[in-house]
Amino acid sequence: MSFAPFAVAAWLFVVGLWGVVSSANLVRTVLCLTVVQSSTYLILLGVGYRSAGRAPIVADIPVVSRLVDPTVQVLVLTDIVIEATVTALLLALVVQGHKRFGSVDPADFTTLKD
Amino acid sequence: MSRPARLALFALAGPGLLAVLLVGFAGLPAFGDYHGVYGLVVDGVELGERHATDMVTALNFDLRAFDTLGEEYLLFASVVGVVVLLRALRDEREEDTEHDTGASSQHVFEGASDALRASSLVLVPMLIALGVYLVIHGALTPGGGFQGGVVLAAGPIALLVAGRYLAMKRFAPQWALEALEALGAGGYALLGVGGLVFAGDYLKNFLPLGIPGHLLSAGLMPLNSIAVGLEVTGAFLLVWSEFLDQALLVRRAAES
Amino acid sequence: MSVVQAVALAAVAFAGTVTVLVSDPLRQIFTLGVYGLTLTLLFFALQAPDVALSEIVVSTIGLPLIALAALRKIREHERAREQETER
Repeated sequence: MSFAPFAVAAWLFVVGLWGVVSSANLVRTVLCLTVVQSSTYLILLGVGYRSAGRAPIVADIPVVSRLVDPTVQVLVLTDIVIEATVTALLLALVVQGHKRFGSVDPADFTTLKD
Repeated sequence: MSRPARLALFALAGPGLLAVLLVGFAGLPAFGDYHGVYGLVVDGVELGERHATDMVTALNFDLRAFDTLGEEYLLFASVVGVVVLLRALRDEREEDTEHDTGASSQHVFEGASDALRASSLVLVPMLIALGVYLVIHGALTPGGGFQGGVVLAAGPIALLVAGRYLAMKRFAPQWALEALEALGAGGYALLGVGGLVFAGDYLKNFLPLGIPGHLLSAGLMPLNSIAVGLEVTGAFLLVWSEFLDQALLVRRAAES
Repeated sequence: MSVVQAVALAAVAFAGTVTVLVSDPLRQIFTLGVYGLTLTLLFFALQAPDVALSEIVVSTIGLPLIALAALRKIREHERAREQETER
């Protein structure tokens, strides 16, 4: 039972990757990539969790109480906002690709083959 | 590679990857069994060192401030990429906008109901107040520049949903968004130089620490938080306006 | 592991699988928003309020609006292209 968070993270990673591989629409590829990214958040937070720990805010609880690890939360917190912007960059690439080739199907992007 | 070939390859590789990941994760310590030392040290030391009560924001903007500098510039680089990619598309349509700015100042979307417009207008001051609160109270309670910045960016977007597109353009014009983002990114780096000049190390705290729990405490952290908040707000609004501009201008050109 | 965490984990796994299975990008944006909400609940259950704040704000405001605007732009290009081929 205590392995469940890591199992769910691995499952989300593989399922998201399947979405990326099997999609025929590039916008759908980018959105499935978001699912893959979120599995990494889950792994990081799962590693930093401390059983019976509380949130690392000491405004109202004494400092010596049992706190969850704050380092991994820092990594995940900035990561979430920045991955949204990187997804925007990928979507801008998709829009430009659509303008050049007329479709969002990766099979129609033929210049590299010629 | 064609789609059936991709799917066939994944049918082999996918379960293999899942098995490798599960076996790898089985080597981690059990969930809840925490062995790290750095987190325990930070929890014990932070309140005395920097008078900040939110450990996560204290790590973000003070103890690991250099990482946040790198991540902030990641955001900046992505936004520059989006602008470069989409602005080349927009220049073709620039000449259509000249005779539209004389129109009435309330470009209303067809299909937007009155309830949507009314509730969006009510939300705008609330979103801005919440965003400012989150940014400034970063060192005290859950919050900080990143979260507050995105909430602040939602304010003008609510104006857009309320149908006042041109009011939004006047409230958040293109040059102001670019200036806001540059101010946030450059401001953070310059605050670090202040640490170099006054305290000997780049990004080291050089302001008085104050009383923990009060608004003006934790030294440099509120200023860092404000710089990042400005940058994230500018970044998100710039990305949205780059995507939205073309869509709305093209539609008006097609109608006229 | 408490009951809240177990329920939140199950909700996250279910919502993630459903998001990947949806085929239309427009519908997928909304499922992605729901997925972000389940992730927020999980992050709260894991005692991470800052992360939960960040996730709820990005996945309900940031990502859907950007994706919707991109889809709109693609549709505008298609319409312009159809108008040109008609002439």
